[in-house]
Amino acid sequence: MLSIKNLHARVEAAEILKGLSLELPAGEVHAIMGPNGAGKSTLSYVLTGRQGYEVTDGTATLDGEDLLSLEANERAARGVFLSFQYPLEIPGVPAMTFLRTAMNAQHKARGEPEVSATEFLKRAREVAGQLKMDFDMLKRPLNVGFSGGEKKRMEIFQMAMLSPRLLILDETDSGLDIDALKIVADGVNALRSPDRAMLVITHYQRLLDYIRPDKVHVLAAGRIAATGGPELAHELEREGYDKYARAA
Amino acid sequence: MTLSLALEARDLSQLPSRRDEDWRWTDLRGLIRELPAPSPEATADVSAGPFGTEGEAELLVVNGRVCGDAGLLVLREGEARVVRLRFVSATAATGHGVKLAVSLAPGAHLTLLESYEGQAPDYLVDAALNVRLETGARLERVVLAGDHAEGVSVSTASVSLAPGADFAQTVLTDGARRQRLETRVEHPGESAVVRMDGAYLIADRRHADLTTAVNHSGTDGTTDQLVKGVVADQGRGVFQGRITVSPGADRTDARMGHHALLLSDRAEVNAKPELLIFADDVACAHGNTVGALDEDALFYAQQRGIPEAEARAMLTEAFIGEVIDRIVHNGAREVARAWAAKRRVG
Ligand SMILES: Nc1ncnc2c1ncn2[C@@H]1O[C@H](COP(=O)(O)OP(=O)(O)OP(=O)(O)O)[C@@H](O)[C@H]1O
Ligand SMILES: [Mg+2]
Repeated sequence: MLSIKNLHARVEAAEILKGLSLELPAGEVHAIMGPNGAGKSTLSYVLTGRQGYEVTDGTATLDGEDLLSLEANERAARGVFLSFQYPLEIPGVPAMTFLRTAMNAQHKARGEPEVSATEFLKRAREVAGQLKMDFDMLKRPLNVGFSGGEKKRMEIFQMAMLSPRLLILDETDSGLDIDALKIVADGVNALRSPDRAMLVITHYQRLLDYIRPDKVHVLAAGRIAATGGPELAHELEREGYDKYARAA
Repeated sequence: MTLSLALEARDLSQLPSRRDEDWRWTDLRGLIRELPAPSPEATADVSAGPFGTEGEAELLVVNGRVCGDAGLLVLREGEARVVRLRFVSATAATGHGVKLAVSLAPGAHLTLLESYEGQAPDYLVDAALNVRLETGARLERVVLAGDHAEGVSVSTASVSLAPGADFAQTVLTDGARRQRLETRVEHPGESAVVRMDGAYLIADRRHADLTTAVNHSGTDGTTDQLVKGVVADQGRGVFQGRITVSPGADRTDARMGHHALLLSDRAEVNAKPELLIFADDVACAHGNTVGALDEDALFYAQQRGIPEAEARAMLTEAFIGEVIDRIVHNGAREVARAWAAKRRVG
């Protein structure tokens, strides 16, 4: 589904991704682990089209289509979703309004009919219930004054509502308490399906106990330094990144 | 130096110029080379103003002539009504002035839905309101300035309040060739309450100037001001807000906020917020920011699928929404919201 080949990208003047390659087939969940500053969030921004992230070489395709030449919103309409490491606050726009606008924009881009207000509301109640979220929170301006954990839950809420195909979770576990982690992981697992793929960026093995990855990649110094099965995460938890930092 | 003097005396030298400190960003002298002919009596198409059928009465002013009963703006003790006051400039390349008195007896309650409607280019209009609120009177003034892109318009409201009066206003504008909307308030303190909000949404080469001056002369008065603006293209927004707390006006509570977004490199905002405090035990706060739209928030919205132009519009509308939410009259608030949605700039 997602195919990244020899990706080089710079932020400001610094080259952050230095020849990163990764194959993520449909139906699979891959974890990305790696030291602070390795370029994990940079990868997520390059894939989603954030300005200021300049690709200097390499390719990234989604089902064969060049992702990198599309606008950020066009990528979203094709099913790319990023759960942000640091979700933004949108003052003055209630979460529900924001999400409904986003959903309709995606539908429009795909030539699908708009979702009616009642249908949207029904689904929102359902998903909020699954994620054990207070429905009134959805009436507040998006993320404004939300706690760190609430923001992360709101990311997963949006993800579940938009039902994307390529899910990128950037440290969704950070800031979540133990119960919330379980709820969020259940929410993510519910989205696992043969026609979806997930990139799960995390620092902690704990999340991967809930969201079982098919593969684990180590991202160090701007490229994939190692790839293994779930056992690799355990090894990293024990031994850290020393070996990969040296190799880089 | 005022536009109305210049129009009356047909004397260009009476126009305020950039040498007048209060007018330095809204120069009329340098703009107007020749005074136009006086506006004729005209029959304009006045079927529906921007406030539609909100309220129960309408007072029309066409080319400076009051068509109807100006007594609508004079309320007896305890009276209450909602009045649309429409200033229509109907004839191109002409000028006119008009003066009206608004007077509220004790306990009276007026909602004034005031609109400026420019139907032709190149007019000059000067509108002056003299407003008096007696004890316990309440006035909510919502101004929708819809001047022509090539119109020149000055509106000045001089407001004097008795103790315990409540004056609230929201001025909404998308500018004109040159436009000034000015409000001066004599605030007696003594539990009188003032809210003085504004929003400007300016595109193309339009200009809007929101100037306010509040003078607190007695104790325990409140003034709360929130002005927000969005300027695109080569537009220019001017905010001059002065709150003076005179000696003896102790325990005054004065808050002023002015926040503007610049959506292009050539857009301009000139802001001069002033709190002049000569009294004790005064609670004051002010904030003034001019910046760009939050690019991170913009990307966040785009990542969710919202196209850039729509995301920008959504964020700027939400930004202005904070001002609009404070309008008390329900119908006017919805008209204002629709106005902001339609005037999306950038
Ligand atoms: N706007 C920027 N300007 C300059 N350098 C940047 C910018 N954004 C990121 N970087 C640098 O790029 C490198 C990679 O950052 P990135 O956020 O991708 O790391 P990460 O792997 O996600 O780290 P963490 O685990 O701490 O989240 C870091 O050295 C960071 O300082
Ligand atoms: Mg990161």
